[in-house]
Amino acid sequence: MIQHLLDGILVGAILSLGATGLTMVMHMLRFANFSHAELLSIGAYVALVFDPLFKALLPLLSAQIGPLSMTWALVAAILVAMALTALSAVLFDRLVFRRVREKGEELSMVFASFGLALIIRNVIGLVFGLHTKLYSQDIVFATVLSRDPLILVKPDQVAVLGVALAVMAALHLMLSRTTFGYALRAVAENPALAQVNGINLGRMIVIVWLLGGALAAMAGVFYGLTNQITPVIGRDLVLPVFAATIVGGIGSIHGALLGGFVVGIAANLALVVLPSGYSPSVPFLIILAVLLVRPNGLFGEERA
Amino acid sequence: MIGVVSYLVFFTTVAAILAIAVLGLNLQWGNTGLFNGGVVAFFGAGAYGTLILGGTPQPDHLGGFELPYLLALLGGMAAAGALAWGVGVLTLRLRHDYLAIATFGVAVAFENLMRNAEALGGGAKGLRGFERPLREALGSGFLYNLAFLAFVLVCLVLVWRSLDRLVASPFGRLLRAIREDETAARSLGKSPARIRLTAFVTGSVIMGLSGGLYATFYAFVSPQDVLPVLTFQIWAMLIVGGAGNTRGAVMGAFLIWAAWTASGWGLSRFAPVEAQLYTGSIQYVLIGLVIVGMLLWRPQGLFPERLVVSQSGREGARSTQGERQ
Repeated sequence: MIQHLLDGILVGAILSLGATGLTMVMHMLRFANFSHAELLSIGAYVALVFDPLFKALLPLLSAQIGPLSMTWALVAAILVAMALTALSAVLFDRLVFRRVREKGEELSMVFASFGLALIIRNVIGLVFGLHTKLYSQDIVFATVLSRDPLILVKPDQVAVLGVALAVMAALHLMLSRTTFGYALRAVAENPALAQVNGINLGRMIVIVWLLGGALAAMAGVFYGLTNQITPVIGRDLVLPVFAATIVGGIGSIHGALLGGFVVGIAANLALVVLPSGYSPSVPFLIILAVLLVRPNGLFGEERA
Repeated sequence: MIGVVSYLVFFTTVAAILAIAVLGLNLQWGNTGLFNGGVVAFFGAGAYGTLILGGTPQPDHLGGFELPYLLALLGGMAAAGALAWGVGVLTLRLRHDYLAIATFGVAVAFENLMRNAEALGGGAKGLRGFERPLREALGSGFLYNLAFLAFVLVCLVLVWRSLDRLVASPFGRLLRAIREDETAARSLGKSPARIRLTAFVTGSVIMGLSGGLYATFYAFVSPQDVLPVLTFQIWAMLIVGGAGNTRGAVMGAFLIWAAWTASGWGLSRFAPVEAQLYTGSIQYVLIGLVIVGMLLWRPQGLFPERLVVSQSGREGARSTQGERQ
């Protein structure tokens, strides 16, 4: 039970990072972006490419950090993955979403995002192969926190959780304390009024994609680090990430942060009562429950 | 020669069955602007419902009610409608992303449930023990397939004609009014949420019919038949044909199904052995490119919707507009 709770918190941190970017894009551009989870996949694979590259170029970096399986090379690779994934998110907007948007076919954006997700997922499969991969072949033994009940925690998991929480705190400060944060929220709230106040809408959209992409890449690498890397990461995570945004209320960044943890913990606790084969359905049950009880989510407000 | 003819019969049967599902999606997306991300769940509810109601008793899963075939088919359609009603009631009063996410979720959960709940749908092994109707009279050969094709075509024409009538009726005008300007429709005393629900359930019942026919044709259904790829295929059919008109939906179904089977055949024939594992991925990329490409370069589809100026109703007052406001 406690083990499930701990695992849930970890998965929740990853989902939170993914859901934050998604909720910003959904709020600002008003469409359910089914290709967002593929950004996690892109991030995981970029890091997989650059990690050995850094190790080969700078052997100094291949030292492990303390008890972690993570090396400094992987840390550098995460930064590269965040940058490249952020850029590819902007690129997808330029290539597909902006052009569909400018045609006035806003409802078609959902279709476009599905099509794009199919292309990204399967191109990754074609380039990297369909089998699973890992960042490190070394086995990192879990630390036994307690024997009865048996609770195991891997050092990697603790590190991932710590970094994710730090990023979320930074994000919160940025949104609530800086002019940029106000501008971002203003655009999401009322794009026309924000433009009257001299906020450049086009630039804000680019920034939202950059931020969403970078957070997604981080979530993707963390997911790969604590699970494994496959081309179907996006397919497996798209529903949990959406569930997190709905729990928090679409458009609420704080809601998405909290929603990620709610979904992660609920999905893991559900495994106590449900056979594990049913775990892909759990996010859908959470969505149904939220729609029944509080359709606009924990922090969302009603908006047509 | 007989091989080619019997393949053509097989191909036309499957394409016509899928065309029925595309017509259902057209009512939802083309006429009403409702995004259904889980076509396959409603298709699957029809397929499983029909086989469970019309099958012979099986020891290891639910079913074997041995209802007369048409009753079983209606039962499958009702199952699809009930599922759509549940999802629709919860989501249709919220902003449109909720429907997209919830329908996508229902498809994931449906496939997951059918794969795991062995007592319900036979699990991964699928649902067996269904006797195709009129088998004694027609045998199980070419004649049977021909007769079944005729039955499917009758269903297709019936659905096609009744949807055309529905869209030409005041109800169809209402659907377009809601799609184009919900506030204006509401100001005229219409209830968009209720009308959307009606359109959503009706479209899903049609998808259920398509699923029921599909399951009858193979006398078998398994979780492999309700994978998300079917949803993507049916969308591609609608987008290529042109959302908003029934002729485009049916043409799109035949075109895309032909392209899909031809690309599958070509890849399995000509791709090197070591690449065979990846032919599925290549087909997925192709279907993704078709969807995105059509949206970028020809969003109105190959056969655009003909918007009728309903006040005059004269032939001369027609205009072919592709773009929607």
